[in-house]
Amino acid sequence: MKGRTFALFVAPSLAMMLIFIALPLASVFWQSFHETRAVVTRTEVESCTPGFLAPTCTRETRTVPRIGADGRPVTETVFVGLDVYRRVLQTDAVAKALGAGGGGLSAILGIDFWKALRFTLTFTLITLPLVIGLGLLIALAVNNLVKALRGPAIFITLLPFIITPVIGALSIRWLFLGDGILTRAIEWVLARDISMFAQGWTIEIMMLIYKVWHVAPFAFVVFYAALQTVDQDTLESAIVDGASRLERLRYVVIPHLMPLIVFVALIHLMDSYRVFDEIVGFSAQAHVLSLQYLTYSFLTPDETGNRAVARAAASSMLTMIGIVILLVPLLMRTWRTHRSARRG
Amino acid sequence: MATTRTLAHPLWLKLTSNGFLMLWLVAAIFPLLWITLMSFRAPVDALSAHPLDVIFGKTTFDHYKAVWVTHGFWRNFLNSLMITAGVVTISLTVGTLAGYALARANSNLAFWLLIMALVFRALPHSVLVTGYLPPFLNSRELLAPLWESGLTGWLFRLFSDMPPTLYGQPWAIILVLVAINQPFTIWMMRSFFMNIPTELDEAARVDGCTHFGAFWRVIMPVMWPGVITTGLFSFLLAYNDYLVTALLLDAQSQTMVPAISQFLNRDTRASDQIEAIAAAVSITAPLFLLVMVFQRQIVSGLTAGAVKG
Repeated sequence: MKGRTFALFVAPSLAMMLIFIALPLASVFWQSFHETRAVVTRTEVESCTPGFLAPTCTRETRTVPRIGADGRPVTETVFVGLDVYRRVLQTDAVAKALGAGGGGLSAILGIDFWKALRFTLTFTLITLPLVIGLGLLIALAVNNLVKALRGPAIFITLLPFIITPVIGALSIRWLFLGDGILTRAIEWVLARDISMFAQGWTIEIMMLIYKVWHVAPFAFVVFYAALQTVDQDTLESAIVDGASRLERLRYVVIPHLMPLIVFVALIHLMDSYRVFDEIVGFSAQAHVLSLQYLTYSFLTPDETGNRAVARAAASSMLTMIGIVILLVPLLMRTWRTHRSARRG
Repeated sequence: MATTRTLAHPLWLKLTSNGFLMLWLVAAIFPLLWITLMSFRAPVDALSAHPLDVIFGKTTFDHYKAVWVTHGFWRNFLNSLMITAGVVTISLTVGTLAGYALARANSNLAFWLLIMALVFRALPHSVLVTGYLPPFLNSRELLAPLWESGLTGWLFRLFSDMPPTLYGQPWAIILVLVAINQPFTIWMMRSFFMNIPTELDEAARVDGCTHFGAFWRVIMPVMWPGVITTGLFSFLLAYNDYLVTALLLDAQSQTMVPAISQFLNRDTRASDQIEAIAAAVSITAPLFLLVMVFQRQIVSGLTAGAVKG
């Protein structure tokens, strides 16, 4: 394909990505170093109260927002360097926590950003192996099923995957909420009263269960599709060579699936790093924070209608740095394969 | 056949495999089944401590009526419908063209485009929304020069007299979601096109087709499974989105998923909670139909293309 035709075919897609992804990215980068504040003037005001002999006068300097011609406060945008980052990371509080008697790590994990980072990372790394393992098991089990029942089994398995994440989280939450059926089941097993929403760790466990329930079907579809293309000749020769069932799985099937396991891991890494809908669905923001939720809460207008855009920008940039670090090993690998492929 | 016998599974394996699968299937469908049941019950039965009350309680449609009629959920439904349809159409059109070109080009440029798309795919959406929000709120002032300049003004004034405020505009959200979706779409489309032999294009070109002609008359007709699978993923992204729509749309143009939070934040009465459940089931129903219709395409589509890339 010639350069010109290639350009014509790619142009619309590229234009959309540049305008709506690259440009906002650049603007977020810029915003994270700037802050918009109301312009204030310091005026010295003398206020006097009538008194005996002479009025008592006090002088004080007040800051008054300057009002522009259109009746709205005048704002200015100034470069503040790393100030906003410092406020998001709360470096002072971290330094204090690390100092003598500051509370150490547990105190740091109480600070919003670090709390969000801790949760996002553990959430991503714990769900990853569980999703791949469960997806693989379901794929093998469906593959063993008699042909007639496979259709319905696939249909039911796909349901948790296509359901809206917020709704999926809500539906799990409702099973536990108050006297929900699963809470009662656990109470019956443990023979004691429990409340699943009173503390952070039970909510986190429910979110982990929800995420695995939601994503395992995706891993299943991909693995199941690939199981259909396992080379039967290799399998048969493995049998002739006396390989046991487990060995066939280990040395024939898993290597065949390997590129797809990497693919699913990659997609899951990206998606679970974005954990957000789960927090909305479980109404967990009082106990659990994620990086995306932190940015979201900065962007939501507060009581006075202000959005903390600068802080949102700084926390966005930090979120982005995190995902890039997670992806670097993978990108390096792709680059190496591409280069060796081109060399022939 | 001998091979089928040696490949056949011993009984214990069959039992464990099927038992495990049964367990999973119950876990997969139970939450959805249960909330669907709850949504049809009066609050007394739905929130009762006895499961049997939920199963055999009296059926009522009151909550659905309250959600759709009293709280005007139909408006959110129409918004969702419009945004999803827009995203799927534009996303597929733009993505198919790019995916085709990327599959047929073997240049360094194409490789870097794909890597860039991969990085874009990884961006958390909150990062992008932070970038959109300030310009969307002030777009009237930002876009004013385009409307006032002699060069472009006449063109833009054909559409509206004043530059629009993008915040709360459904079509602006459609463009945003298409862009967010583009990286995944072009990767997926590319891997589908990779499976279609180049000889097919070449034959068409020899017969005198242009590049676009070959693409449109010869390649597209064999591409439908890929288009449907990719379209489904676009549909899910647009329909299920919470973050982008919650922050960039106002109350009138709100879609269904963010709109459900109005029911959640207000659960003071018992019936409010069941109304939230009814709204949740309403959102899920179209997705349910979608899987029912396209299940075969999802699996065969993935077998055919995407998973090999």
